Amino acid sequence: MENLILYGVVAVLLVFSMIRDRAKTKKALMKGLKAFEGILSQFLIVLMLVAIVLAVFDPATISRLLGAGSGFMGIMIASLVGAITLIPGFVAFPAAAELLRNGAGVTQIAAFVSSLMMVGLVTLPLEIRYFGKKAAIGRNTLAFVFSIVAALFVGWMVAR
Amino acid sequence: MTLRSLLKKYRAALVMVVLFVAFLFLFPSKAGRAEKSLLDQLKTMLLVMPPIFVLLGLLDVWVPREMLIRYMGKGSGLKGTALGIILGAVAAGPLYGAFPVAAVLMDKGASFMNVLVFIGAWSTLKIPMFLFEMQSLGARFAVARFLVDVPGIFLIAFILNKLLTAEDVEKIYSASHDAK
Repeated sequence: MENLILYGVVAVLLVFSMIRDRAKTKKALMKGLKAFEGILSQFLIVLMLVAIVLAVFDPATISRLLGAGSGFMGIMIASLVGAITLIPGFVAFPAAAELLRNGAGVTQIAAFVSSLMMVGLVTLPLEIRYFGKKAAIGRNTLAFVFSIVAALFVGWMVAR
Repeated sequence: MTLRSLLKKYRAALVMVVLFVAFLFLFPSKAGRAEKSLLDQLKTMLLVMPPIFVLLGLLDVWVPREMLIRYMGKGSGLKGTALGIILGAVAAGPLYGAFPVAAVLMDKGASFMNVLVFIGAWSTLKIPMFLFEMQSLGARFAVARFLVDVPGIFLIAFILNKLLTAEDVEKIYSASHDAK
């Protein structure tokens, strides 16, 4: 159902775009295709890695490490992994969904997703080049703390 | 694209395919779970990704970035901040892609608060990403995260802005001018 809405909305936008400007629309489609192709390799790697990890760790293990019962420790593990890893959201979401289906807790997965998107340890040197040490380290620290707060909120909202 | 560059680009993925197949043969008892998991994820991807990436391309082509940037200066008030959010939300790509854009913003006189809000919006409010999150992790999950992220972005920007002295900000602006 949600997929249908998504396809519908994008189809309408696409038709509007076609009517307004054919050349621009073609450019848009090429850009989309290029963006997709750009992450494809990384995407396939992560999919296979997650598949192997999920095959090795059974749901019981995953739920012990990252399940709802793993509590604050699980949240910390998840947000640390999110802060360190550098994978695009497009790649991370299906993997996160797969972890959820296999016993991970909502709060823990939300912590992973939030810190993945807002904190970047690997890219910190780059950020420092643009924003200086104080601002870059400050932003990442604040974002890390916030991602835990956000995760608690998401966990609470989804459980309701 | 030549075959050689194609091979180079997908080398890591090909290595992973070999490892994956090896895994299936070495651990037949785990093979079923691995295959099922891979297929499930691929199905999500094939179903959801086409419209998302079409949207991404459309946003990229139709949103007039130059115009948005012009109205983000000091004294632009709420409008400038809203534009910062929009600029980040229609973006595509990982967070480190936002830094060069932020440098352009600062160079064109956007206020530091607006730049920080822009960075926050880029990191976590991107529209195509939000739709994708909704499809894969559920509407409740994605909407809840969105709801808490909006005030969070302002809070982080506000604290950071307070934490830095005028001198710090001055330094960042001149450094970003050189970094471009």
